[in-house]
Amino acid sequence: MSNLLHRYPSFRNGVHPPESKADTHALKIRQFPFSPVLVIPLSQHIGAPAVAVVREGEEVARGQLLARSDGFMSVPQHAPASGIVQRIDFVPSITGKMVPGIYLKPHPGSSQEVAEGEPCDLGTASPDDIIAAVQSAGIVGLGGAAFPTHVKLKPPEGKTVETLIINGIECEPYLTTDHRVMLEHTADIYMGIRYLLKATTAQRAIIGVEANKLDAADALRAAAPDDMPVTTGVVEVKYPQGAEKMLITALLGKEVPSGGLPVDVGTVVVNVATAAEIGRLLPHGRGIQERVVTITGPAVGRKGNYRIPIGTPLRFALEQVDVSDNVSRVFLGGPMMGQALSSLDIPITKGTSGFVAFTSAETAAEEPEYPCIRCAYCVDACPIYLNPSQLGILAKNEEFDRMADDHSLMDCFECGACSYVCPSHIPLVQRFRDAKAIVRERQAA
Amino acid sequence: MSAKNKTLEIDTSPHIVSGASVEVIMRNVVFALVPVCIFSVYVFGLTALITLTAATLSCLLTEHVLCRWRGDRSTLGDWSVAITGILYGLTLPPALPVWMVVLGGVVAVGVGKFLFGGLGHNAFNPALIGRAFLQAAFPVSMTTWYPALGAERFAVLPPSTFTLPFASPVYDSISGATPLAVIKFDGDITAATDLLMGLTSGSTGETSGLLILAGGLYLIARKMMNWRIPVAIFATVFALSGVFYLIDPAAYPGPLFMLFSGGLMLGAVFMATDMVASPMTSFGCVLYGVLIGALVVVIRLWGGLPEGVMYAILFANAVSPHIDNLIQPRVYGTTERGAS
Repeated sequence: MSNLLHRYPSFRNGVHPPESKADTHALKIRQFPFSPVLVIPLSQHIGAPAVAVVREGEEVARGQLLARSDGFMSVPQHAPASGIVQRIDFVPSITGKMVPGIYLKPHPGSSQEVAEGEPCDLGTASPDDIIAAVQSAGIVGLGGAAFPTHVKLKPPEGKTVETLIINGIECEPYLTTDHRVMLEHTADIYMGIRYLLKATTAQRAIIGVEANKLDAADALRAAAPDDMPVTTGVVEVKYPQGAEKMLITALLGKEVPSGGLPVDVGTVVVNVATAAEIGRLLPHGRGIQERVVTITGPAVGRKGNYRIPIGTPLRFALEQVDVSDNVSRVFLGGPMMGQALSSLDIPITKGTSGFVAFTSAETAAEEPEYPCIRCAYCVDACPIYLNPSQLGILAKNEEFDRMADDHSLMDCFECGACSYVCPSHIPLVQRFRDAKAIVRERQAA
Repeated sequence: MSAKNKTLEIDTSPHIVSGASVEVIMRNVVFALVPVCIFSVYVFGLTALITLTAATLSCLLTEHVLCRWRGDRSTLGDWSVAITGILYGLTLPPALPVWMVVLGGVVAVGVGKFLFGGLGHNAFNPALIGRAFLQAAFPVSMTTWYPALGAERFAVLPPSTFTLPFASPVYDSISGATPLAVIKFDGDITAATDLLMGLTSGSTGETSGLLILAGGLYLIARKMMNWRIPVAIFATVFALSGVFYLIDPAAYPGPLFMLFSGGLMLGAVFMATDMVASPMTSFGCVLYGVLIGALVVVIRLWGGLPEGVMYAILFANAVSPHIDNLIQPRVYGTTERGAS
């Protein structure tokens, strides 16, 4: 009903998929054991891969630097466990390709105490110091994008950040990690916001929370420090509310210019788990070694929110939570934008927010594709007001340049709302993804 | 070996869908039309039942045969041709000879839908194409009206129903004139309450405004109809005819009469809203509705025909793609509307 009464601010259009969060949203975060071997890709982020600084056979302590960042658009990797570097080789990745990475064998009997580094003192650090510390901690967007966080904290020349937005929306069905972090790590979040406010020189911070997590909003409000210019804004439950642009529009009523960045409207958006990790790590000068992951879905026996060491192989993780032998589909991330995995041989990385596993029993029969009946459901679903129906027809005719030049194809951020609502079962966003790749290739050529 | 080692199924996101489907939408439109059909059989009796059945079956059969002839799977299962058939039947005079009904049904689906490329490609509402063909081919039969609520309507069929093909149909002397014809040619006005309840002469399904509105409200509530189209049509017809009525109440009919007479209700709610042949954007739908409403008033007040809903909708169908070209939504983060 909140939708009808417009009680909570929101963006226009969007869709309402079933939330499917009831299985895990009330489950406390639990610590995961170490797997026999950790598989650590050197590139878990957007940008240049990290460069290994350890040798095969070397003993490392938990939290020690394994690989340094390669330039500004890059972040380092830290050891998720104390152990021995077995091999520096190629490791499986989500794309199916093998990528450079490190195999680390944790010591079974070790205390696994985390090595301390150079603390970043909030009182004396300059904005640039904090930005450097965020990079040194290996922090990327934990919501799933894995974009190096420090890069967006530094506004480009001539731009200023007025409002820091902390994204606690988690609009993907099934995922409950941000929800649990907001409930259980409130103090870390506020510590992180202190660092972020100082780094960005923003005047204020708003924590955006969807109306299906009112307990989290209450917890955040109750714990808000008096001396901090921070508020918690509750917004409507709607997909894709957690998209940066949509959240900015919902909270501030502004639109990020086409092709622009949030900083063009004076904002920076940081995921709430990322903020918590900053608040947890920077006072100790530590690097990121683990993250909270929701493992859920009908094929999972012990669904939950787990703090899992980076590099834990998915196969090991799923065995720990008693996944069904009949598992047939596993999504990395939620079902709206997440990727279906072809094998369980990939490791959990910094960008992994969750896994949803299904058995063959839940796989719906493939629906036949009908011609577009111009019902305009997609037009009413698209959060950036494209005409997916028209784009879909052009995509089918392979008129990719027209899609980009006349129909703003490149503004599409692939939320999938159009495909979700299409009564003709036309794979719209799937075609747009391909079309965007082709247009990018042509532009590069 | 555990099943976990086997290859997993992959597809591309989104991995869930809303459950909306073409069949479900089309089926619900058919459901919304059922009360209208039942009521028209009550008002006009057996001949309406025969007309509706012949119209629907001829459309279904035409679609089925054409699909098979092309070597495709039959598309009866998507329910769209059932809507065409029922709507087509509802636009016809109840006592129209059956052979004409069947011929028009073949034209509706064969020309109005199949020639354009089938589902999703019909530029015009196929039911109205069938009716327009009959109107041009058999103007007398298409404007000879059977009286409503005749005493023997469930016992005796009018002789015209089973006229042999290409023979001139014989009509009773007691044919009823439609309220629009009465006002146009005789200058008398039918009571608005009779119009609302549907107790007047007219096409098979155009007479009960209330049931048509109820069906429309059901579809709007289920988000299977764009409410802007009928609302824009009603508002335009009401406002325009209201202006002329205020200028000269003796020469022009009142706005309520305009709303509830003829095929306006059926056309505005069930025909103009054909998803395929109407615009996609909200503003485009409003423009489209205003255009239909204005054309209806112009044809009814000054045209040679008593009724203009069919031509108004067909004309607006033709304009619809151009409205979509002109009215694209403004893309997020830009100031202009997208070009097309």
